[in-house]
Amino acid sequence: MTCLPEITPGAKKLGLVIDLDTCVGCQGCATSCKEWNASGHSAPLPDYKPYSAGAEGVWFNRVHSYEAGEGADGRTVHFPRSCLHCETPACVTVCPTGASYKRGEDGIVLVDHDICIGCGLCAWACPYGAREMDEDQGVMKKCTLCVDRIYNETIPEAQRQPACVLACPTKARHFGDLGDPESKVSRLVAERGGQPLMPELGYGPVNSYLPPRRRADTQPVEDAPTPMDIKNPVLRWMDRVLSR
Amino acid sequence: MNPAPSIVFFTTASGAGYGLLFWLGLLRPVGLVPQVPAFALLCLALALLLITAGLASSLLHLGNPQRAWRAFSQWRSSWLSREGVAAVATYIPALLFGTALLTGRPGLATIAGLVAALGAVVTVWCTGMIYASLKPIPQWHHPLVAPGYLLLAAYTGMALLAAVSAIGGVVAGPASFIVTLGLAGLVLKIAYWRLVDGGMGRSSAESATSLGFIGRVRPLDPPHTETNYLLREMGFRIARKHAAKLRNLTLLLGFGGPVLLALLATQLGFGGLLLPLAALLALGGMLLERWLMFAEARHTVTLYYRGT
Ligand code: SF4
Ligand code: SF4
Repeated sequence: MTCLPEITPGAKKLGLVIDLDTCVGCQGCATSCKEWNASGHSAPLPDYKPYSAGAEGVWFNRVHSYEAGEGADGRTVHFPRSCLHCETPACVTVCPTGASYKRGEDGIVLVDHDICIGCGLCAWACPYGAREMDEDQGVMKKCTLCVDRIYNETIPEAQRQPACVLACPTKARHFGDLGDPESKVSRLVAERGGQPLMPELGYGPVNSYLPPRRRADTQPVEDAPTPMDIKNPVLRWMDRVLSR
Repeated sequence: MNPAPSIVFFTTASGAGYGLLFWLGLLRPVGLVPQVPAFALLCLALALLLITAGLASSLLHLGNPQRAWRAFSQWRSSWLSREGVAAVATYIPALLFGTALLTGRPGLATIAGLVAALGAVVTVWCTGMIYASLKPIPQWHHPLVAPGYLLLAAYTGMALLAAVSAIGGVVAGPASFIVTLGLAGLVLKIAYWRLVDGGMGRSSAESATSLGFIGRVRPLDPPHTETNYLLREMGFRIARKHAAKLRNLTLLLGFGGPVLLALLATQLGFGGLLLPLAALLALGGMLLERWLMFAEARHTVTLYYRGT
């Protein structure tokens, strides 16, 4: 059913919080995502021409790098891009078949690959480029928020998290319930001023991006030398006289 | 956006087909087109041929065409689904129209023709809304897009109707319709291009990355060295270089030419030759227009890859 579940305050909204301050652009999350999802709910995740020039394939997570700002204020920011599991996603409502749907119980946006006709309209409707067609099977694929890990009772509890979150070496990725204001992720968003992407389009992205921290405004000042730092006895005497 | 040939052909062919069906159903009862059943049957056959060819071509675009029937289910939320339902539903009055013509039941023919005309309008409106409802593509998410689909379908449909009726010897009425609709189409396209060129879309690389508070944002390293589905499907940019020329060609061939030919046909005669030529030009121009509609449209995902 491609009509969206009703938005109820306090309802579970599972999602990711991504820290652009600590992400180092290592591609660990993207690789780990590809590895897990090549055999999970969305399997297979094809690669076309994998062993020759022009190799490409379906990935759910793409890590870009940007330069932001100019001169001394400019900085490099690494930026992982994946499905934001939006609250009002047009990718779902445009789907003619009901293959795309948003789950009422946790807000995860999924595709039923047995129903999808591969029209590609949902990929057009997603502003964030989060959907990629499996051109071998002719069906749309996308991030599942590792729905086959987070509820999976056959793996140790500590591992019931999206593969990207577990893989991140700098702990720049956090997973949790953004519908609960008291959750760890919600508190992170509140403390650090987490930002939605392209809020002007009104999709209500659930994932949030923590902005890179501002550099301290004041330049570090060199400490004034103490008398002990002044080796020359004449200068040390002058320092003492002048310091009175 | 990638101008997939199957979709460019689909919207042009079935647009013209529905336009023809619309005018036939509407103008026949008021006596503005030849009344012989053979004329209506010929036009109807042509309309259904174009519609069916267009729909078949759109199926080619699907990854799993054998499941296409599922697309009728989500009409509550999806314009694509609504288009499918409307397209199939329109066959019913259209075929009834044909049967009534064949069996000589003028009353039924009139009613079925009018219902088919209504179905044609609804279907083309749904087609337009598929594009007009997509917020990530500002050139499509524009108030002139869906009306444009209607007007251009009406225009090409009228060009076809005029061609057939001119072969049958009726020229003046249909030709004046071509002139009116052609000029309206010309004005609409020029206005649309003016509006979309004057800055489109509120989104930017800054809002797409949430990094605008630092300053201007520009891509440094791409996430992948080869292309991917997103770039092939939404990063198309071959046309940009030639856009100005192609636009002029569209206006000249698609609108200017047919309007001129229609005027000539009313003044000089030779309608049986000039109006079919006008229809061909109009259809050719529409293919070009549809192609540009895709090629010139920019999806917000290119903000991530190119910063613009
Ligand atoms: S990010 Fe794209 S695919 Fe994911 S829910 Fe939002 S609109 Fe849909
Ligand atoms: S590609 Fe599949 S999931 Fe996407 S809109 Fe079409 S049918 Fe729905």
